[in-house]
Amino acid sequence: MSLDTVKNALEHPDVEQPFAELGLKPDEYTRIREILGRRPTSSELAMYSVMWSEHCSYKSSKVHLRQFGDKMPENDAMLVGIGENAGVVDVGQGYAVTFKVESHNHPSYVEPYQGAATGIGGIVRDILAMGARPVAVMDPLRFGAAEHPDTRRVLPGVVAGIGGYGNCLGLPNIGGEIVFDPCYQGNPLVNALCVGVMKHEDIHLAQASGAGNLVILYGARTGGDGIGGVSVLASETFDADGPAKRPAVQVGDPFQEKLLIECTLELFREHLVAGIQDLGGAGLSCATSELASAGSGGMRVELDTVPLRDHTLSPEEILMSESQERMCAVVEPAHVARFMEICDKWDVIATVVGEVTEGDRLEIFWHGEQIVDVPPRTVAHEGPVYERPYARPQWQDTLQADAAERLPRPGTADELKAALLDLVASPNLADKSWVTDQYDRYVLGNTVLAQPEDSGMVRIDEETGLGVALATDGNGRFCKLDPYTGAQLALAEAYRNVATTGARPLAVTDCLNFGSPEDPAVMWQFAETTRGLADACQVLGTPVTGGNVSFYNQTGETAIHPTPVVGVLGVIDDVERRTPVGFAEEGQIILLLGDTHEELSGSAWAQVAHDHLGGLPPRVDLERERLLAEILIAGSRDGMVDAAHDLADGGLAQALVEACLTGGHGARVVLAEDLDPTVALFSESAGRAIVAVPRSEEMRFSDMCKVRGLPCARIGVVDGDTLDFQGHFTVALDELRTAHERTLKALFG
Amino acid sequence: MTIRVGVVTFPGSLDDHDARRAVRIAGAEPIALWHKDKNLQQVDAVVLPGGFSYGDYLRCGAISRFSPVMESVIEQAQAGLPVLGICNGFQILCESHLLPGALTRNDHLHFICRDQKLRIENTSTAWTSDFEPGQEITVPLKNGEGGFVADERTLDMLEAEGRVIARYLDLNPNGSRRDIAGISNAAGNVVGLMPHPEHAVEPLTGPTTEGLPFFTSILKRLVNA
Repeated sequence: MSLDTVKNALEHPDVEQPFAELGLKPDEYTRIREILGRRPTSSELAMYSVMWSEHCSYKSSKVHLRQFGDKMPENDAMLVGIGENAGVVDVGQGYAVTFKVESHNHPSYVEPYQGAATGIGGIVRDILAMGARPVAVMDPLRFGAAEHPDTRRVLPGVVAGIGGYGNCLGLPNIGGEIVFDPCYQGNPLVNALCVGVMKHEDIHLAQASGAGNLVILYGARTGGDGIGGVSVLASETFDADGPAKRPAVQVGDPFQEKLLIECTLELFREHLVAGIQDLGGAGLSCATSELASAGSGGMRVELDTVPLRDHTLSPEEILMSESQERMCAVVEPAHVARFMEICDKWDVIATVVGEVTEGDRLEIFWHGEQIVDVPPRTVAHEGPVYERPYARPQWQDTLQADAAERLPRPGTADELKAALLDLVASPNLADKSWVTDQYDRYVLGNTVLAQPEDSGMVRIDEETGLGVALATDGNGRFCKLDPYTGAQLALAEAYRNVATTGARPLAVTDCLNFGSPEDPAVMWQFAETTRGLADACQVLGTPVTGGNVSFYNQTGETAIHPTPVVGVLGVIDDVERRTPVGFAEEGQIILLLGDTHEELSGSAWAQVAHDHLGGLPPRVDLERERLLAEILIAGSRDGMVDAAHDLADGGLAQALVEACLTGGHGARVVLAEDLDPTVALFSESAGRAIVAVPRSEEMRFSDMCKVRGLPCARIGVVDGDTLDFQGHFTVALDELRTAHERTLKALFG
Repeated sequence: MTIRVGVVTFPGSLDDHDARRAVRIAGAEPIALWHKDKNLQQVDAVVLPGGFSYGDYLRCGAISRFSPVMESVIEQAQAGLPVLGICNGFQILCESHLLPGALTRNDHLHFICRDQKLRIENTSTAWTSDFEPGQEITVPLKNGEGGFVADERTLDMLEAEGRVIARYLDLNPNGSRRDIAGISNAAGNVVGLMPHPEHAVEPLTGPTTEGLPFFTSILKRLVNA
């Protein structure tokens, strides 16, 4: 295989290049030729092809994602916004928090364990690259039908991978979601969220500035894993012996990542890093071009100095390898010696691979010969942008007309009780500890709340008790019925979950999981989702700080439900004040906050009782959500509320069951007389929560609601070892517990 | 006199920070010890914390046992230095032959994290004297390879000599023989424990504060010594 140098590209302009096999469209290839004024070398073609991929360039989503910036609410907390490795917000007391959710859907379907494991690894490095110590992870997951045989292949592998990597890394897993729906059969969603903490002055950015500064690659050696299209390039252009077979899924080494974290944090502490970027998707192509693009100068890289696991790798393969556990730092020459000492202390391999130059080109050499000479912005930041056609699908009206409110409802007390037991035992609403018990939630010793609480909460200052709370939510069924409203409901639910635990919602990250952008119906769902989310963020005052788009989650013509997973970060001044879910004390008064409407379409009841999806999702009232959050936060801050739980999937019934089982106490509850009991129990109207308050605080709390205009109804009292819906039916906690806890164990244990 | 308790950080240690916090909350001064450094800085006791040292890719604790710091730990433990190994630390103590037996993969083959009920079986060791005999406590447990195994003779010997210091109650989370959660050496200065008492020292972040006596026991013993 001969080396394709820049000189060679000039001398042999008419070589046929496998751009199509690498996923580039003819016009994209033409544009590369225009940018360079010649044909690209094979290495340049490799770089452009990965960096201009949908995954790296956001070429189909960019025009819609702009709204998150255009409609960004005024928010003093925002320190670093979209475009960096992760957004950063100010949480007070000199602390900044960075957080982001990302997808690792496709690899996790191919190889569940490694796919999910490296999903954690990648998001953790993003957070680390901002200068922060990663402090917790969460995993929003979606699988096909729970009883489908392939779910039994995918789910245990994904869970073991998340645990295997996250546990070994020493990061508590504090929450997430597990949702089953046949629409995810063949397209499971494995999203991973990480949150990190730093002091304001420690924020680091991905940029290479200062001519003469050195570029240091450190961490794992580069191997042949994770190379996608490059085998095409290597084989079809230069090698007649057939393509190199490289596995396209990366393999994770959490131990190496743990060393990388500690090593990097020590480098930050000694102020040795001028710019930093993690190596994830698109590997060195991405890191070098993004660093150079964001900096003030150019960059020169000697690619043959990169430490390799496999010495037969070609330069193109090295540029595209997605080997895990690597970072790239820009370091002033005076700091290099100390930098190397610290890497040596942690047994981390570090190599100077290049330097920042005066010019404005990214130049890469292989044993002295130039193989890349490009303007880095054209690779990293000025990729193609598509205005994909979109259109509201024809079936949307039919779907919306098929309302669940018309379905037959339980008529007798026994039928109501049976419906409740079916619901709490259904895979989506059943107890998830079979999964979450495989994750370490205690490590680092700062976990204040974890699953099954409404949000995960970690303490970030042991002296003052300052903490952050995080929740992720996303209801694909609601989004399918109406993507605009569904996206807002996802945000509203995560926002509410954060407030329920007593934290003030501050900022948003999102992982937008969709089918193919080439399908106008999917693109319409995407456009509606982003519009809905951006509008709602504006009203709630919570900016989107970053996230990720995952397209092509579809098999054949069938796309997944549009599934925006929305993560909300909140801050709490003193974690001692947090509000847990469980009813912990007999005699406390249970209050229902918010309004219950006849809203059964898209609900868990409609799915479990009738396998039905149709109608319109619950209405969203963002001002109401805001008010509810303020009341919940005030109740927590002033010590009025002992337990609180948001109402979502499964409605009031499911919320009460969870509060009773978590706290170990029953309840006597009176259902509203003006509502049909099915509606009272199972409607999923938004903007609602239940709280348990001591009798001594009831007046103060309900007066506060009255003054602020929030409906607050006394519905019962914490009592006994049954859940008693007075006048309807009574069910023993033991019976509920058995139904709730056996499902996942029976399916996967 | 401030009691100084060293906590070793191996590459891949995870609960080292938490062990230092527990030592501090108990009223002692935590001293960070580094695996490459043989110098134990004249600490009064040592904790080998939980984690996945060296990734546990070979056999849990098998590589750490050969680290420079362990040369000193083994030597001084044999001379009476109190040493507590938690989880991965327990595995390292077994690999070092400071304690008999071995920790094997959980019988159900999954990592498990749960609030685990234990009974303290021996309150005469350096690390358990602050408990009441037979006291039942709940502390977090989190491991993938926590099944304690030894041959029958060794198990009988441990029982006969009162060296089973804690036993699992209600549920055996990992298939440990005879529900053993922790053991000590014959002298009682070296204790290995699979559950994590350092995660049960604050009401806010642990299920209980019932892990604290492990750290206060050593304090009293050293003050009284």
